[in-house]
Parts: sequence; structure tokens; C-alpha cells
Amino acid sequence: MVAIAVDGLRKSFGELEAVRGVSFEVQEGEVFALLGPNGAGKTTILEILEGYQVRTTGSVSVLGLDPGAAADAVRHRIGIVLQEASVEPYLTVREVLTRNAAYYRQPRGVDEVIVLVGLEEKAAARVKTLSGGQQRRLDVGLGIIGRPELLFLDEPTTGFDPSARRSAWELVRSLAQDGTTVLLTTHYMDEAQALADRLAVIAKGQFVATGTPDTVGGRAEAAVRIAFLAPPGVAVADLPIADLPAAATEAGGVIEVRTLDEVRVLHTLTGWALERGVALDGLVVDRPSLEDVYLELVGEEIAP
Amino acid sequence: MSASGLAVHQFRYEQKSYWRNPTSAVFTFVFPLLFLVIFASLNSSSTIGSMGGLAYNQYYVPAIISFGVISATYTSLAMTLTIRRDSGILKRLRGTPLPASALLGGVVLNALVVSGLIAALVGGTGVLFYDVTFPGHWAALIVALAVGAASFCALGMAVSSLIPNADAAPAIVNGILFPVLFVSGVFYPVNGDSFLGRLGALFPVRHFVMSVFAAFDTRLPSGVGHGFAWRDLAIVALWGLAAALVAVRRFRWSPSR
Repeated sequence: MVAIAVDGLRKSFGELEAVRGVSFEVQEGEVFALLGPNGAGKTTILEILEGYQVRTTGSVSVLGLDPGAAADAVRHRIGIVLQEASVEPYLTVREVLTRNAAYYRQPRGVDEVIVLVGLEEKAAARVKTLSGGQQRRLDVGLGIIGRPELLFLDEPTTGFDPSARRSAWELVRSLAQDGTTVLLTTHYMDEAQALADRLAVIAKGQFVATGTPDTVGGRAEAAVRIAFLAPPGVAVADLPIADLPAAATEAGGVIEVRTLDEVRVLHTLTGWALERGVALDGLVVDRPSLEDVYLELVGEEIAP
Repeated sequence: MSASGLAVHQFRYEQKSYWRNPTSAVFTFVFPLLFLVIFASLNSSSTIGSMGGLAYNQYYVPAIISFGVISATYTSLAMTLTIRRDSGILKRLRGTPLPASALLGGVVLNALVVSGLIAALVGGTGVLFYDVTFPGHWAALIVALAVGAASFCALGMAVSSLIPNADAAPAIVNGILFPVLFVSGVFYPVNGDSFLGRLGALFPVRHFVMSVFAAFDTRLPSGVGHGFAWRDLAIVALWGLAAALVAVRRFRWSPSR
């Protein structure tokens, strides 16, 4: 089943076209990430799906409904975590959760949610006394109190310390395991890599790549980099790879070999090194990281 | 839960928030009581010539009741809604299934209950300590308070929809209110035939004051059905309706960028 279907979505604010023809589908139970720099249009897409903003053109379906026309029906079945935490300051954590639980038909238990977001020690504290990260966790708690089928998370871990981020990831994973569909935005590569089944990279209101974290932007097919410190007396031309589909360069005492046939090249290189008694110090074999791919895809947009 | 059930649900949490927030309590309760004690004590032996020698406090206490109700409704709603809109609280609630009518219903119920309290407190203080006579026009008093409180809630919502952000709220809310309070005879009686009286009659505050005062007016015949200032009540209600239309058309949930 398709949880979200977006086709040819466009949104203009006066002269500015914030979303310029975006199409994608999110399957039920899937975690889908929108990855992109600030101002790329991530939040605008999310807010159209959430029913906050009206699209200019294109079609949008959320849980089989049009959020522009049936916002009330959609809101019973979705959970929203906005970019900024905002909760009544004079109520306690437990009060706010109890209050909001009554809005839904089959809410989660308040205690269960308090445990899920790790606010057991702050349950009786007023919201205004919480730290930024704790308020954010309460925000996530309010997003899931209604037992949503679909959860929207707009930059859910911005401003978290590493351990808070890990526990937020654990929470998203356990929600996904229970069958909750999740659409999240982030500008952290590691977050997309850790959570998303699929992701789209967005820049200037358009998708520049979609795929899984392992394949996006041709990552799976991209050339592998083999690098090692240049052994004394060995130049690039001395390497036994002239007949192989590989290209070698040297810079700053490091030799880099790029190839699509990494098994054969590596075998040849190491065999040659053993035979000649040459050390390949600092040997590294890697692929472009998701971050490399991302920076390449959106590079011109975020260059100063 | 039905929308009305949810409005009551919201009201319970509005009450908690309200009493825990020191600023709202100060604005709504301390100011009217302060004005009451200062002016009523200063003028306890004065009379009002234009009202046939009526004791000053017989007019002034109903006027301060009106001021208290206006603080609890217009000022409180205009501030609270603007601050909540600006901080994203309204936007967050808009993303839940809570109906708008229940959200605003809870806020309005809270304002009405606080209005009732402040009216009882100011009126009771007047009767107990400042020789004010209440001629027993209960129906008239309750109608005047209800029409006034509801209308000034609507005015608060309408003004909130015109305020750009929370920083601007106090200046705009009070900048509109205080000049009108002065020309409307809230702090001292204003003759209806004078320039100030005619100016004040253009706005709802004077008519609200006059409708509350009518319930305290010892010159009117006593008994059921008396103490109503129907014309003033109608004008207050019309202002409320007009404000409600503006509020419905202009209400915004999200902060302006």
C-alpha cells in the first residue's frame, strides 16, 4: 500500500518557486528521508502533506486522502513533529500528553509515551523548565501520542547531543518496526543513512537523486578508491596496473587508484607488493561516502 | 469526544495554565483592584453632578468591573493568542484533530470564568467597603457581563489577528485600549453630551460600562426586568459580531515569517 503519493508537486510564494515539480511515493511501513540543505524546499513539501500549506499545482495523496481538502480526516491518522518545539510552558509533561491524547480515537498510553521518549524523570516538570533537547523529545511524544499510521519528522534531532540522537534513532526504528510509516527531513547524512529505507536528495526545490542510502547518486556503482602511501622509489608508472581498468594518481606522497574492478586491481597490487617486498603503508579501500555524494549533488547550492 | 466536550477538556488545561502564569494574573486582577482601591478611596465622599448627585463609587465600581472584564477578555485573548501563534503553539495544535472551535472554546470559557471572578471580586469589594448599593438587578447584571465578555473576547481575537508578532502585542493591545478607556468614562464619569462623551460613544467600551452601570443604577425602578440598558447592550453585541467576523476571516495559526 502507498502511504504517500506525490506527483508533479509545485509550490510558489509569489515570484519564488520553492518546490519545482517533485514526484515520489512512500510505501506503508517505510522510512523515507528528504535530504537537502536549508531552503531546499524540504519543509514546504512536508507542510503541504501535513495540510498546513496549499499546493500550487500537482497531486498529493496522504493515506489515500487529499490533505488540502480533507485535512481533518488526515490529522486523526498522522503525527507531526515540527521543526521548532512549541508547547504551553505552564503545563507539565504529563498534563500536555494527557490533554493531547484526548484528541485521538485510539491514543497510546501516556506512561508508555513518557517511557518511549525517555522523559520519566521529567513527567511532573513544567514544560518551561525543560532543556531544549527535552522539549524536543516531548514534541516527539506529542507526535506519537495519537498512535499515528504516518509520522512526519521535520529535522527531528537538530540540536541533540550524540547520545540523545542515538536514542531518537532507536525510537524511530522501533516505531518503524511496529509498522509506522515515517517521512523525515534532515541535513545529516548519517541520520539518513541510519534510518531511511529510501531517500531523496533535494536542492532548489527539485529532487536531484533518489534511492536507498547505499545506491543514491550512483553510490553503489561509483568507482572504488584504493589509496596507500607511495613506497620509496616507486612512481605511479611502476605500478603493474597498466592493463587493468584503473587510473592512478599521486598527490602529497599518497597514491590513489580509482577503479570499478576493485577485486582484480587489489589482487594485482597486493601480489606485486608481496613479490617485490614493497610495503603498502596506510592502505585504504573505500567508496564515496553518502556525504561525498550529497555534497557533489547539491555542491553548487551550498558553496559560499 | 464531541467538540463541546473537547472545549471543556481544553478549558480545564487553560485554567491550569492561567493560574500558573503570574503575568496574566497580575494584569487581570491586580490592576483593576489597584484602580478600585485608589480611586474609590480618594473619591469616597464625592458625588456626580451630571448624574443627579449620585455617589461617585456607585458609578465607579461598575466601571471598574467593566475594566476588569475587558482585561480578562480583550487584553488577555489578544495577548495570549498572539504569543501562542508566534511561538508555534497554535500551529502545533492545528496539526492535531482538535477542532478549532474546541481550541477557541476552551480559551473563551476560561476568559468568561475569570471575568465572572473579577466582577464578583470588584463588585463585592465595592459593596462591602465603599458603600456601593446593588439594587438586585441580577438578570441585568449577568446579561450585561455575558454580552460584554463575549463581545470583548471577539474583539481580542480580532485584534490578535491584526498583530504581526508577539513583540508588538503589548504596544498594540494597550495602545488601542487605553485611549478608549479614558474617553469612555472608565476612570471618571464622562457626560454623554460632552465632546468626550460623544467620542466615547463611537467605541464599545462606553456602552459596556453603561450597561453594567445600569444594573447598579439606584435611580432606576427596582424589580425584575429593570436595570437593562438595551440600547447600550445592542451596540456592544454589534461590535462583538463585527469583531467575530473579522476574527473568523483573518485568524492565523502560523507565525508570520
